[in-house]
Amino acid sequence: MTLSDVATPSSLGMPAPLRSRRDRVRSGAIHVFLLLGSVFYIVPFFWMLTTSLKGSGRELTMPPEWIPDPIVWGNYAKALTVVPMLQFAQNTLVITATATVVGVLMSSLAGFAFARLRFPGRDQIFSLCLASLMLPGMVTLIPEFLVFKQLSMIDTFVPLIVPWSLGGSAFAVFLFRQYALTVPLELDEAARVDGAGAFRIWWTIILPLMRPALATATILSVIHHWNDFLRPLVYLHTPAKRTLAIGLALFKSEYLVEWNLMMAAATCMLIPIMILFFVAQRYFVQGIVMSGIKG
Amino acid sequence: MLCIAPWFIGFVVFTAIPMVSAFGIALTKWDIIGNPEFVGLANFQKMANDRIFYKSLSNTFLISFSAVPLNLTVALVLALALNQKVRGVNLYRTVYFLPSQMPLVAASLLWLWIFNPDFGLANILLAMVGLPPLKWLFDPDLARPTIVLITLWGGVGTAMMVFLAGLQGIPQSLYEASAIDGASRVRQFQHVTLPMLSPVIFFNLIIGIISSFQAYFTLIYNTTRGGPANETLIYIIFIFFKAFQDFEMGYATALSLVLFAVVLVLTGIQFLLARRWVYYEGDDRA
Repeated sequence: MTLSDVATPSSLGMPAPLRSRRDRVRSGAIHVFLLLGSVFYIVPFFWMLTTSLKGSGRELTMPPEWIPDPIVWGNYAKALTVVPMLQFAQNTLVITATATVVGVLMSSLAGFAFARLRFPGRDQIFSLCLASLMLPGMVTLIPEFLVFKQLSMIDTFVPLIVPWSLGGSAFAVFLFRQYALTVPLELDEAARVDGAGAFRIWWTIILPLMRPALATATILSVIHHWNDFLRPLVYLHTPAKRTLAIGLALFKSEYLVEWNLMMAAATCMLIPIMILFFVAQRYFVQGIVMSGIKG
Repeated sequence: MLCIAPWFIGFVVFTAIPMVSAFGIALTKWDIIGNPEFVGLANFQKMANDRIFYKSLSNTFLISFSAVPLNLTVALVLALALNQKVRGVNLYRTVYFLPSQMPLVAASLLWLWIFNPDFGLANILLAMVGLPPLKWLFDPDLARPTIVLITLWGGVGTAMMVFLAGLQGIPQSLYEASAIDGASRVRQFQHVTLPMLSPVIFFNLIIGIISSFQAYFTLIYNTTRGGPANETLIYIIFIFFKAFQDFEMGYATALSLVLFAVVLVLTGIQFLLARRWVYYEGDDRA
Protein backbone atom coordinates (compact mmCIF):
# COMPACT_ATOMS: atom_id res chain seq x y z
CA MET A 1 0.00 0.00 0.00
CA THR A 2 1.38 3.39 -0.93
CA LEU A 3 -0.06 6.77 -0.20
CA SER A 4 -1.76 6.65 -3.58
CA ASP A 5 -3.02 3.09 -3.21
CA VAL A 6 -5.42 4.34 -0.64
CA ALA A 7 -7.63 4.90 -3.63
CA THR A 8 -10.18 7.60 -4.12
CA PRO A 9 -13.76 6.48 -4.53
CA SER A 10 -15.58 7.98 -7.45
CA SER A 11 -17.82 10.72 -6.24
CA LEU A 12 -20.99 8.70 -5.70
CA GLY A 13 -20.48 6.92 -8.98
CA MET A 14 -21.12 10.05 -10.98
CA PRO A 15 -19.13 10.14 -14.23
CA ALA A 16 -16.70 13.02 -14.47
CA PRO A 17 -18.19 15.00 -17.39
CA LEU A 18 -21.50 15.30 -15.57
CA ARG A 19 -19.95 16.99 -12.56
CA SER A 20 -22.15 19.83 -11.60
CA ARG A 21 -21.15 23.37 -10.84
CA ARG A 22 -21.77 22.59 -7.20
CA ASP A 23 -19.24 19.77 -7.30
CA ARG A 24 -16.66 22.06 -8.81
CA VAL A 25 -17.20 24.65 -6.10
CA ARG A 26 -16.87 21.90 -3.54
CA SER A 27 -13.64 20.59 -4.98
CA GLY A 28 -12.28 24.14 -5.11
CA ALA A 29 -13.11 24.66 -1.45
CA ILE A 30 -11.33 21.43 -0.53
CA HIS A 31 -8.32 22.61 -2.49
CA VAL A 32 -8.15 25.92 -0.66
CA PHE A 33 -8.53 24.15 2.67
CA LEU A 34 -5.77 21.61 1.91
CA LEU A 35 -3.47 24.28 0.55
CA LEU A 36 -3.85 26.55 3.58
CA GLY A 37 -3.44 23.63 5.96
CA SER A 38 -0.30 22.41 4.27
CA VAL A 39 1.44 25.71 5.04
CA PHE A 40 1.60 24.70 8.71
CA TYR A 41 3.12 21.35 7.75
CA ILE A 42 5.65 22.57 5.19
CA VAL A 43 6.94 25.86 6.61
CA PRO A 44 8.78 24.24 9.56
CA PHE A 45 10.71 22.04 7.12
CA PHE A 46 11.51 25.08 5.02
CA TRP A 47 12.66 26.96 8.11
CA MET A 48 14.87 24.07 9.16
CA LEU A 49 16.52 23.87 5.73
CA THR A 50 17.02 27.58 5.30
CA THR A 51 18.45 27.94 8.81
CA SER A 52 20.80 25.03 8.20
CA LEU A 53 22.33 26.83 5.21
CA LYS A 54 23.01 30.19 6.85
CA GLY A 55 26.45 31.40 7.81
CA SER A 56 27.25 31.55 11.51
CA GLY A 57 25.42 34.41 13.16
CA ARG A 58 23.26 35.09 10.12
CA GLU A 59 20.44 32.97 11.50
CA LEU A 60 20.07 35.74 14.10
CA THR A 61 19.67 38.68 11.74
CA MET A 62 16.45 40.65 11.71
CA PRO A 63 14.60 40.77 9.42
CA PRO A 64 15.44 37.13 8.60
CA GLU A 65 17.00 36.03 5.34
CA TRP A 66 14.35 33.77 3.83
CA ILE A 67 16.84 32.48 1.29
CA PRO A 68 20.31 32.36 2.83
CA ASP A 69 22.91 34.50 1.11
CA PRO A 70 25.50 33.07 0.79
CA ILE A 71 24.37 29.46 1.00
CA VAL A 72 26.77 27.70 3.35
CA TRP A 73 26.84 23.98 2.57
CA GLY A 74 29.83 23.68 4.86
CA ASN A 75 27.46 23.72 7.83
CA TYR A 76 26.68 20.09 7.15
CA ALA A 77 30.31 19.02 7.25
CA LYS A 78 30.78 21.12 10.37
CA ALA A 79 27.70 19.72 12.10
CA LEU A 80 29.01 16.21 11.55
CA THR A 81 32.38 16.99 13.09
CA VAL A 82 31.77 19.52 15.87
CA VAL A 83 29.99 16.69 17.67
CA PRO A 84 31.13 13.16 16.75
CA MET A 85 27.95 12.59 14.73
CA LEU A 86 29.47 9.84 12.59
CA GLN A 87 30.42 7.93 15.72
CA PHE A 88 26.84 8.36 16.98
CA ALA A 89 25.51 7.21 13.62
CA GLN A 90 27.69 4.12 13.79
CA ASN A 91 26.45 3.31 17.30
CA THR A 92 22.87 3.78 16.18
CA LEU A 93 23.44 1.51 13.18
CA VAL A 94 24.97 -1.26 15.30
CA ILE A 95 22.06 -1.18 17.74
CA THR A 96 19.40 -0.84 15.07
CA ALA A 97 20.77 -3.57 12.82
CA THR A 98 21.36 -6.16 15.53
CA ALA A 99 18.12 -5.59 17.38
CA THR A 100 16.13 -5.53 14.15
CA VAL A 101 17.55 -8.66 12.53
CA VAL A 102 17.39 -10.80 15.66
CA GLY A 103 14.14 -9.26 16.86
CA VAL A 104 12.31 -9.74 13.57
CA LEU A 105 13.45 -13.38 13.31
CA MET A 106 12.50 -14.17 16.89
CA SER A 107 9.11 -12.52 16.69
CA SER A 108 8.33 -14.20 13.37
CA LEU A 109 9.21 -17.53 14.96
CA ALA A 110 6.93 -16.76 17.88
CA GLY A 111 4.15 -15.49 15.61
CA PHE A 112 4.44 -18.67 13.56
CA ALA A 113 4.25 -20.81 16.69
CA PHE A 114 1.17 -18.96 17.99
CA ALA A 115 -0.56 -19.39 14.63
CA ARG A 116 0.44 -22.92 13.64
CA LEU A 117 1.59 -25.05 16.53
CA ARG A 118 -0.40 -26.52 19.35
CA PHE A 119 1.04 -26.40 22.83
CA PRO A 120 -0.47 -26.07 26.28
CA GLY A 121 -1.31 -22.53 27.35
CA ARG A 122 -0.85 -21.14 23.86
CA ASP A 123 -3.87 -18.88 23.85
CA GLN A 124 -3.27 -17.67 27.39
CA ILE A 125 0.32 -16.78 26.58
CA PHE A 126 -0.82 -14.98 23.44
CA SER A 127 -3.34 -12.91 25.43
CA LEU A 128 -0.53 -11.98 27.81
CA CYS A 129 1.48 -10.87 24.80
CA LEU A 130 -1.38 -8.66 23.62
CA ALA A 131 -1.97 -7.30 27.13
CA SER A 132 1.68 -6.25 27.32
CA LEU A 133 1.00 -3.86 24.44
CA MET A 134 -0.96 -1.76 26.92
CA LEU A 135 1.82 -1.76 29.50
CA PRO A 136 3.57 1.61 29.78
CA GLY A 137 7.26 1.07 29.13
CA MET A 138 8.20 3.10 32.21
CA VAL A 139 6.72 0.45 34.54
CA THR A 140 9.18 -2.20 33.43
CA LEU A 141 12.06 0.14 32.66
CA ILE A 142 13.05 0.84 36.28
CA PRO A 143 13.20 -2.82 37.43
CA GLU A 144 14.93 -3.72 34.19
CA PHE A 145 17.48 -0.95 34.74
CA LEU A 146 18.17 -2.30 38.22
CA VAL A 147 18.77 -5.78 36.79
CA PHE A 148 21.25 -4.50 34.22
CA LYS A 149 22.87 -2.46 36.97
CA GLN A 150 23.44 -5.64 38.99
CA LEU A 151 24.92 -7.26 35.88
CA SER A 152 27.21 -4.21 35.37
CA MET A 153 25.82 -3.76 31.88
CA ILE A 154 24.93 -0.10 32.16
CA ASP A 155 26.72 1.95 29.51
CA THR A 156 26.81 -0.97 27.07
CA PHE A 157 24.57 -1.66 24.09
CA VAL A 158 23.29 -4.87 25.67
CA PRO A 159 20.22 -3.34 27.38
CA LEU A 160 19.28 -1.68 24.11
CA ILE A 161 19.62 -4.80 22.01
CA VAL A 162 18.82 -7.90 24.05
CA PRO A 163 15.35 -7.12 25.49
CA TRP A 164 14.07 -6.00 22.10
CA SER A 165 15.68 -8.94 20.27
CA LEU A 166 14.06 -11.46 22.57
CA GLY A 167 10.79 -10.18 23.88
CA GLY A 168 10.55 -6.57 22.87
CA SER A 169 8.02 -6.16 20.18
CA ALA A 170 4.72 -7.73 21.11
CA PHE A 171 3.23 -5.94 18.14
CA ALA A 172 5.57 -7.71 15.71
CA VAL A 173 4.56 -11.06 17.20
CA PHE A 174 0.93 -10.11 16.67
CA LEU A 175 1.66 -9.03 13.10
CA PHE A 176 3.39 -12.29 12.22
CA ARG A 177 0.71 -14.38 13.86
CA GLN A 178 -2.02 -12.69 11.85
CA TYR A 179 0.00 -13.12 8.69
CA ALA A 180 0.87 -16.77 9.32
CA LEU A 181 -2.83 -17.51 9.80
CA THR A 182 -3.42 -16.61 6.15
CA VAL A 183 -0.87 -19.12 4.81
CA PRO A 184 -2.62 -22.37 3.71
CA LEU A 185 -2.21 -25.12 6.29
CA GLU A 186 -1.70 -27.77 3.57
CA LEU A 187 1.84 -26.50 3.06
CA ASP A 188 2.79 -27.40 6.63
CA GLU A 189 1.13 -30.77 6.35
CA ALA A 190 2.93 -31.62 3.13
CA ALA A 191 6.24 -30.65 4.70
CA ARG A 192 5.45 -32.60 7.83
CA VAL A 193 4.73 -35.72 5.76
CA ASP A 194 8.15 -35.21 4.21
CA GLY A 195 9.58 -35.26 7.70
CA ALA A 196 10.26 -31.57 8.33
CA GLY A 197 10.21 -30.34 11.92
CA ALA A 198 8.66 -27.11 13.17
CA PHE A 199 11.89 -25.10 12.68
CA ARG A 200 12.32 -26.36 9.12
CA ILE A 201 8.71 -25.49 8.29
CA TRP A 202 9.18 -22.00 9.70
CA TRP A 203 12.48 -21.36 7.98
CA THR A 204 11.86 -22.91 4.57
CA ILE A 205 8.12 -22.47 4.06
CA ILE A 206 6.50 -19.86 6.26
CA LEU A 207 9.29 -17.29 6.44
CA PRO A 208 9.66 -16.85 2.65
CA LEU A 209 5.89 -16.51 2.35
CA MET A 210 5.76 -13.85 5.04
CA ARG A 211 7.96 -11.41 3.15
CA PRO A 212 5.52 -8.50 3.29
CA ALA A 213 5.14 -8.91 7.05
CA LEU A 214 8.92 -9.17 7.39
CA ALA A 215 9.34 -5.91 5.50
CA THR A 216 6.74 -4.17 7.63
CA ALA A 217 8.17 -5.43 10.92
CA THR A 218 11.69 -4.50 9.83
CA ILE A 219 10.70 -0.96 8.97
CA LEU A 220 8.79 -0.50 12.23
CA SER A 221 11.80 -1.78 14.16
CA VAL A 222 14.29 0.40 12.28
CA ILE A 223 12.21 3.52 12.88
CA HIS A 224 11.77 2.61 16.53
CA HIS A 225 15.49 2.25 17.15
CA TRP A 226 16.46 5.22 15.05
CA ASN A 227 14.16 7.47 17.08
CA ASP A 228 14.37 5.84 20.48
CA PHE A 229 15.31 8.43 23.06
CA LEU A 230 14.33 7.39 26.57
CA ARG A 231 16.16 4.07 26.72
CA PRO A 232 19.50 5.26 25.30
CA LEU A 233 19.25 8.26 27.63
CA VAL A 234 18.87 5.95 30.60
CA TYR A 235 21.45 3.35 29.59
CA LEU A 236 24.27 5.11 27.73
CA HIS A 237 26.52 7.52 29.61
CA THR A 238 29.91 7.65 27.90
CA PRO A 239 29.77 10.32 25.16
CA ALA A 240 31.42 8.01 22.60
CA LYS A 241 28.65 5.46 23.06
CA ARG A 242 25.76 7.78 22.39
CA THR A 243 23.20 7.19 19.70
CA LEU A 244 22.15 9.86 17.20
CA ALA A 245 19.00 10.72 19.10
CA ILE A 246 20.74 11.53 22.37
CA GLY A 247 23.78 12.89 20.56
CA LEU A 248 21.57 15.41 18.83
CA ALA A 249 19.77 16.29 22.06
CA LEU A 250 23.08 17.00 23.76
CA PHE A 251 24.14 19.22 20.89
CA LYS A 252 22.00 21.82 22.55
CA SER A 253 23.25 21.56 26.10
CA GLU A 254 26.95 20.82 25.66
CA TYR A 255 27.99 22.97 22.75
CA LEU A 256 27.49 26.57 21.90
CA VAL A 257 24.00 27.10 20.61
CA GLU A 258 24.55 27.49 16.92
CA TRP A 259 21.11 27.06 15.46
CA ASN A 260 22.34 26.73 11.90
CA LEU A 261 24.53 23.74 12.82
CA MET A 262 21.81 22.24 14.96
CA MET A 263 19.33 22.44 12.10
CA ALA A 264 21.91 20.88 9.77
CA ALA A 265 22.33 18.01 12.22
CA ALA A 266 18.57 17.63 12.55
CA THR A 267 18.25 17.47 8.77
CA CYS A 268 20.92 14.77 8.65
CA MET A 269 18.96 12.70 11.12
CA LEU A 270 15.82 13.04 9.02
CA ILE A 271 17.38 12.08 5.68
CA PRO A 272 17.73 8.29 6.22
CA ILE A 273 14.09 8.08 7.34
CA MET A 274 13.02 10.01 4.25
CA ILE A 275 14.99 7.66 2.02
CA LEU A 276 13.45 4.66 3.74
CA PHE A 277 10.03 6.21 3.25
CA PHE A 278 10.40 6.86 -0.45
CA VAL A 279 12.08 3.52 -1.17
CA ALA A 280 9.74 1.30 0.81
CA GLN A 281 6.64 3.48 0.95
CA ARG A 282 4.35 0.50 0.52
CA TYR A 283 5.49 -1.35 3.66
CA PHE A 284 6.05 1.87 5.51
CA VAL A 285 2.44 2.96 5.19
CA GLN A 286 1.18 -0.57 5.69
CA GLY A 287 2.98 -0.86 9.01
CA ILE A 288 1.49 2.37 10.24
CA VAL A 289 -2.01 1.56 9.07
CA MET A 290 -1.88 -1.95 10.49
CA SER A 291 -0.79 -0.77 13.88
CA GLY A 292 -3.73 1.62 13.99
CA ILE A 293 -6.61 -0.18 12.38
CA LYS A 294 -6.94 -3.48 14.14
CA GLY A 295 -9.75 -2.20 16.33
CA MET B 1 7.13 -25.33 22.10
CA LEU B 2 10.78 -24.67 21.36
CA CYS B 3 9.72 -22.20 18.72
CA ILE B 4 8.37 -19.65 21.12
CA ALA B 5 11.14 -20.29 23.64
CA PRO B 6 13.38 -17.33 22.67
CA TRP B 7 10.50 -14.90 22.60
CA PHE B 8 8.94 -16.37 25.71
CA ILE B 9 12.18 -16.18 27.70
CA GLY B 10 12.55 -12.58 26.61
CA PHE B 11 8.98 -11.84 27.56
CA VAL B 12 9.36 -13.41 31.00
CA VAL B 13 12.75 -11.87 31.76
CA PHE B 14 12.17 -8.39 30.37
CA THR B 15 8.44 -7.87 30.78
CA ALA B 16 6.84 -10.27 33.25
CA ILE B 17 9.53 -10.39 35.93
CA PRO B 18 10.18 -6.61 35.91
CA MET B 19 6.42 -6.07 36.09
CA VAL B 20 6.05 -8.33 39.12
CA SER B 21 9.19 -7.13 40.85
CA ALA B 22 7.97 -3.54 40.43
CA PHE B 23 5.40 -4.30 43.12
CA GLY B 24 8.23 -5.29 45.46
CA ILE B 25 10.53 -2.38 44.62
CA ALA B 26 7.67 0.06 45.19
CA LEU B 27 7.67 -0.95 48.84
CA THR B 28 11.31 -0.05 49.37
CA LYS B 29 13.57 2.91 49.69
CA TRP B 30 16.41 2.37 47.28
CA ASP B 31 19.08 4.78 46.08
CA ILE B 32 20.76 2.14 43.83
CA ILE B 33 24.11 2.36 45.64
CA GLY B 34 22.99 0.80 48.90
CA ASN B 35 20.62 -2.07 49.53
CA PRO B 36 16.87 -1.65 49.24
CA GLU B 37 15.25 -0.96 52.56
CA PHE B 38 11.69 -2.15 53.16
CA VAL B 39 9.44 0.78 54.02
CA GLY B 40 5.96 -0.64 53.49
CA LEU B 41 3.54 1.82 51.94
CA ALA B 42 5.63 4.86 52.79
CA ASN B 43 6.17 5.69 49.12
CA PHE B 44 2.45 5.89 48.56
CA GLN B 45 2.00 8.09 51.62
CA LYS B 46 4.75 10.31 50.33
CA MET B 47 2.88 10.58 47.05
CA ALA B 48 -0.28 11.70 48.83
CA ASN B 49 1.63 14.67 50.24
CA ASP B 50 3.71 15.44 47.17
CA ARG B 51 2.50 18.64 45.54
CA ILE B 52 4.55 17.97 42.40
CA PHE B 53 2.89 14.58 42.05
CA TYR B 54 -0.55 16.20 41.76
CA LYS B 55 0.82 18.90 39.51
CA SER B 56 2.35 16.40 37.12
CA LEU B 57 -0.85 14.31 37.05
CA SER B 58 -2.96 17.32 36.16
CA ASN B 59 -0.43 18.46 33.55
CA THR B 60 -0.56 15.04 31.94
CA PHE B 61 -4.34 15.06 31.79
CA LEU B 62 -4.45 18.63 30.52
CA ILE B 63 -1.93 17.94 27.76
CA SER B 64 -2.89 14.40 26.70
CA PHE B 65 -6.64 14.93 26.95
CA SER B 66 -6.52 18.03 24.80
CA ALA B 67 -3.78 16.99 22.37
CA VAL B 68 -5.00 13.50 21.52
CA PRO B 69 -8.68 14.29 20.75
CA LEU B 70 -7.57 17.42 18.90
CA ASN B 71 -5.07 15.40 16.86
CA LEU B 72 -7.68 12.79 16.02
CA THR B 73 -10.23 15.41 14.99
CA VAL B 74 -7.78 17.16 12.68
CA ALA B 75 -6.66 13.78 11.33
CA LEU B 76 -10.26 12.82 10.59
CA VAL B 77 -11.02 16.11 8.85
CA LEU B 78 -7.87 15.77 6.76
CA ALA B 79 -8.63 12.16 5.93
CA LEU B 80 -12.12 13.13 4.76
CA ALA B 81 -10.69 15.89 2.57
CA LEU B 82 -7.91 13.67 1.22
CA ASN B 83 -10.40 10.94 0.40
CA GLN B 84 -11.99 13.19 -2.23
CA LYS B 85 -11.15 13.40 -5.88
CA VAL B 86 -8.99 16.49 -6.01
CA ARG B 87 -5.98 17.08 -8.14
CA GLY B 88 -2.63 16.53 -6.43
CA VAL B 89 -4.16 14.47 -3.66
CA ASN B 90 -1.06 12.27 -3.38
CA LEU B 91 1.16 15.26 -2.93
CA TYR B 92 -1.09 16.57 -0.18
CA ARG B 93 -1.09 13.18 1.51
CA THR B 94 2.71 13.16 1.52
CA VAL B 95 2.89 16.71 2.85
CA TYR B 96 0.53 16.00 5.74
CA PHE B 97 2.07 12.63 6.49
CA LEU B 98 5.79 13.38 6.45
CA PRO B 99 6.03 15.48 9.64
CA SER B 100 4.86 12.46 11.62
CA GLN B 101 7.97 10.61 10.49
CA MET B 102 10.41 13.29 11.61
CA PRO B 103 12.61 11.87 14.39
CA LEU B 104 11.16 13.31 17.60
CA VAL B 105 14.43 14.71 18.88
CA ALA B 106 15.00 16.55 15.61
CA ALA B 107 11.42 17.82 15.63
CA SER B 108 11.79 19.03 19.21
CA LEU B 109 14.90 21.03 18.38
CA LEU B 110 13.25 22.45 15.29
CA TRP B 111 10.26 23.67 17.27
CA LEU B 112 12.47 24.99 20.03
CA TRP B 113 14.12 27.11 17.35
CA ILE B 114 10.81 28.16 15.80
CA PHE B 115 9.51 29.26 19.20
CA ASN B 116 12.75 30.96 20.18
CA PRO B 117 11.56 34.22 21.85
CA ASP B 118 14.24 36.37 20.20
CA PHE B 119 14.89 34.99 16.73
CA GLY B 120 12.22 32.34 16.18
CA LEU B 121 9.96 32.08 13.17
CA ALA B 122 6.80 32.22 15.26
CA ASN B 123 7.56 35.71 16.53
CA ILE B 124 8.77 36.83 13.09
CA LEU B 125 5.38 35.86 11.71
CA LEU B 126 3.62 37.65 14.56
CA ALA B 127 5.66 40.77 13.85
CA MET B 128 4.69 40.59 10.19
CA VAL B 129 1.04 40.98 11.12
CA GLY B 130 1.89 43.64 13.70
CA LEU B 131 1.52 41.58 16.87
CA PRO B 132 3.89 41.77 19.86
CA PRO B 133 6.31 38.84 20.38
CA LEU B 134 5.39 36.02 22.76
CA LYS B 135 7.60 33.89 24.97
CA TRP B 136 5.84 30.65 23.94
CA LEU B 137 7.54 27.69 25.65
CA PHE B 138 9.10 30.01 28.22
CA ASP B 139 5.81 31.55 29.30
CA PRO B 140 4.16 29.54 32.10
CA ASP B 141 0.69 30.33 30.75
CA LEU B 142 1.52 29.56 27.16
CA ALA B 143 3.87 26.57 27.47
CA ARG B 144 1.19 23.87 27.58
CA PRO B 145 -0.84 25.20 24.61
CA THR B 146 2.41 25.53 22.67
CA ILE B 147 3.24 21.88 23.33
CA VAL B 148 -0.24 20.89 22.14
CA LEU B 149 0.30 22.96 18.99
CA ILE B 150 3.57 21.13 18.32
CA THR B 151 1.85 17.75 18.68
CA LEU B 152 -0.57 18.87 15.96
CA TRP B 153 2.34 19.04 13.56
CA GLY B 154 3.89 15.65 14.20
CA GLY B 155 0.98 13.73 15.64
CA VAL B 156 -1.64 14.00 12.93
CA GLY B 157 -0.03 12.14 10.01
CA THR B 158 -0.21 8.56 11.24
CA ALA B 159 -3.80 8.80 12.48
CA MET B 160 -4.72 10.43 9.18
CA MET B 161 -3.35 7.48 7.21
CA VAL B 162 -5.18 5.06 9.47
CA PHE B 163 -8.45 6.95 8.99
CA LEU B 164 -7.91 7.09 5.23
CA ALA B 165 -7.50 3.33 5.12
CA GLY B 166 -10.60 3.04 7.30
CA LEU B 167 -12.60 5.25 4.94
CA GLN B 168 -11.55 3.04 2.04
CA GLY B 169 -12.92 0.06 3.87
CA ILE B 170 -16.46 1.45 3.93
CA PRO B 171 -18.47 -0.28 1.19
CA GLN B 172 -19.43 2.14 -1.57
CA SER B 173 -22.86 0.49 -1.71
CA LEU B 174 -23.78 2.06 1.63
CA TYR B 175 -23.28 5.52 0.16
CA GLU B 176 -25.19 4.64 -2.97
CA ALA B 177 -28.08 3.21 -1.01
CA SER B 178 -28.27 6.23 1.28
CA ALA B 179 -28.04 8.60 -1.72
CA ILE B 180 -31.03 6.87 -3.26
CA ASP B 181 -32.86 7.36 0.01
CA GLY B 182 -32.11 11.06 -0.37
CA ALA B 183 -29.50 11.43 2.35
CA SER B 184 -27.44 14.61 2.20
CA ARG B 185 -23.67 14.49 2.56
CA VAL B 186 -23.91 15.63 6.13
CA ARG B 187 -26.37 12.89 6.97
CA GLN B 188 -24.24 10.35 5.14
CA PHE B 189 -21.32 11.36 7.28
CA GLN B 190 -23.45 11.10 10.39
CA HIS B 191 -25.13 7.79 9.62
CA VAL B 192 -22.67 5.95 7.39
CA THR B 193 -19.11 7.25 7.72
CA LEU B 194 -18.97 7.89 11.44
CA PRO B 195 -20.56 4.60 12.56
CA MET B 196 -18.45 2.59 10.13
CA LEU B 197 -15.30 4.34 11.24
CA SER B 198 -16.03 4.27 14.97
CA PRO B 199 -13.98 1.14 15.79
CA VAL B 200 -10.93 2.75 14.24
CA ILE B 201 -11.54 6.07 15.99
CA PHE B 202 -12.06 4.28 19.27
CA PHE B 203 -8.94 2.17 18.95
CA ASN B 204 -6.84 5.20 18.08
CA LEU B 205 -8.22 7.12 21.01
CA ILE B 206 -7.12 4.43 23.49
CA ILE B 207 -3.76 3.84 21.88
CA GLY B 208 -3.27 7.56 21.33
CA ILE B 209 -3.82 8.52 24.94
CA ILE B 210 -1.78 5.66 26.33
CA SER B 211 1.10 6.21 23.96
CA SER B 212 0.94 9.99 24.49
CA PHE B 213 2.07 9.46 28.08
CA GLN B 214 5.30 8.12 26.68
CA ALA B 215 5.53 9.89 23.32
CA TYR B 216 5.51 13.38 24.79
CA PHE B 217 8.52 12.51 26.93
CA THR B 218 10.99 13.14 24.12
CA LEU B 219 9.27 16.33 23.01
CA ILE B 220 9.02 17.85 26.47
CA TYR B 221 12.41 16.65 27.69
CA ASN B 222 14.07 18.33 24.71
CA THR B 223 12.13 21.56 24.80
CA THR B 224 11.02 22.67 28.25
CA ARG B 225 12.29 19.85 30.52
CA GLY B 226 9.03 20.21 32.40
CA GLY B 227 9.37 23.95 32.94
CA PRO B 228 8.61 26.81 33.18
CA ALA B 229 7.37 26.62 36.77
CA ASN B 230 6.55 22.91 36.26
CA GLU B 231 3.76 23.82 33.86
CA THR B 232 4.75 21.12 31.36
CA LEU B 233 6.07 18.63 33.89
CA ILE B 234 4.13 15.60 32.73
CA TYR B 235 3.95 12.46 34.80
CA ILE B 236 6.47 10.43 32.80
CA ILE B 237 9.06 13.22 33.07
CA PHE B 238 8.42 13.39 36.80
CA ILE B 239 9.05 9.62 37.12
CA PHE B 240 12.18 9.91 35.01
CA PHE B 241 13.63 12.68 37.18
CA LYS B 242 12.81 10.79 40.37
CA ALA B 243 14.40 7.58 39.08
CA PHE B 244 17.39 8.72 37.09
CA GLN B 245 18.30 12.08 38.58
CA ASP B 246 17.32 11.77 42.23
CA PHE B 247 17.83 7.98 42.21
CA GLU B 248 14.75 7.40 44.32
CA MET B 249 14.08 4.02 42.72
CA GLY B 250 11.45 2.89 45.20
CA TYR B 251 9.43 6.08 44.94
CA ALA B 252 9.77 6.20 41.14
CA THR B 253 8.58 2.61 40.84
CA ALA B 254 5.59 3.36 43.06
CA LEU B 255 4.83 6.30 40.78
CA SER B 256 5.08 4.11 37.71
CA LEU B 257 2.61 1.65 39.23
CA VAL B 258 0.13 4.51 39.61
CA LEU B 259 0.64 5.19 35.90
CA PHE B 260 -0.07 1.53 35.23
CA ALA B 261 -3.29 1.77 37.25
CA VAL B 262 -4.32 4.90 35.36
CA VAL B 263 -3.74 3.13 32.05
CA LEU B 264 -5.81 0.15 33.22
CA VAL B 265 -8.67 2.39 34.34
CA LEU B 266 -8.58 4.38 31.11
CA THR B 267 -8.66 1.24 29.03
CA GLY B 268 -11.57 -0.05 31.09
CA ILE B 269 -13.55 3.20 30.83
CA GLN B 270 -13.03 3.40 27.12
CA PHE B 271 -14.16 -0.16 26.58
CA LEU B 272 -17.32 0.60 28.55
CA LEU B 273 -17.95 3.80 26.62
CA ALA B 274 -17.22 2.03 23.37
CA ARG B 275 -20.19 -0.27 23.88
CA ARG B 276 -22.39 2.80 23.73
CA TRP B 277 -21.09 4.42 20.60
CA VAL B 278 -18.82 2.10 18.69
CA TYR B 279 -20.44 0.10 15.94
CA TYR B 280 -18.98 -3.31 15.20
CA GLU B 281 -20.27 -5.12 12.17
CA GLY B 282 -22.65 -7.96 12.98
CA ASP B 283 -23.55 -6.33 16.27
CA ASP B 284 -27.13 -5.11 16.30
CA ARG B 285 -26.85 -3.25 19.53
CA ALA B 286 -25.47 -0.34 17.49
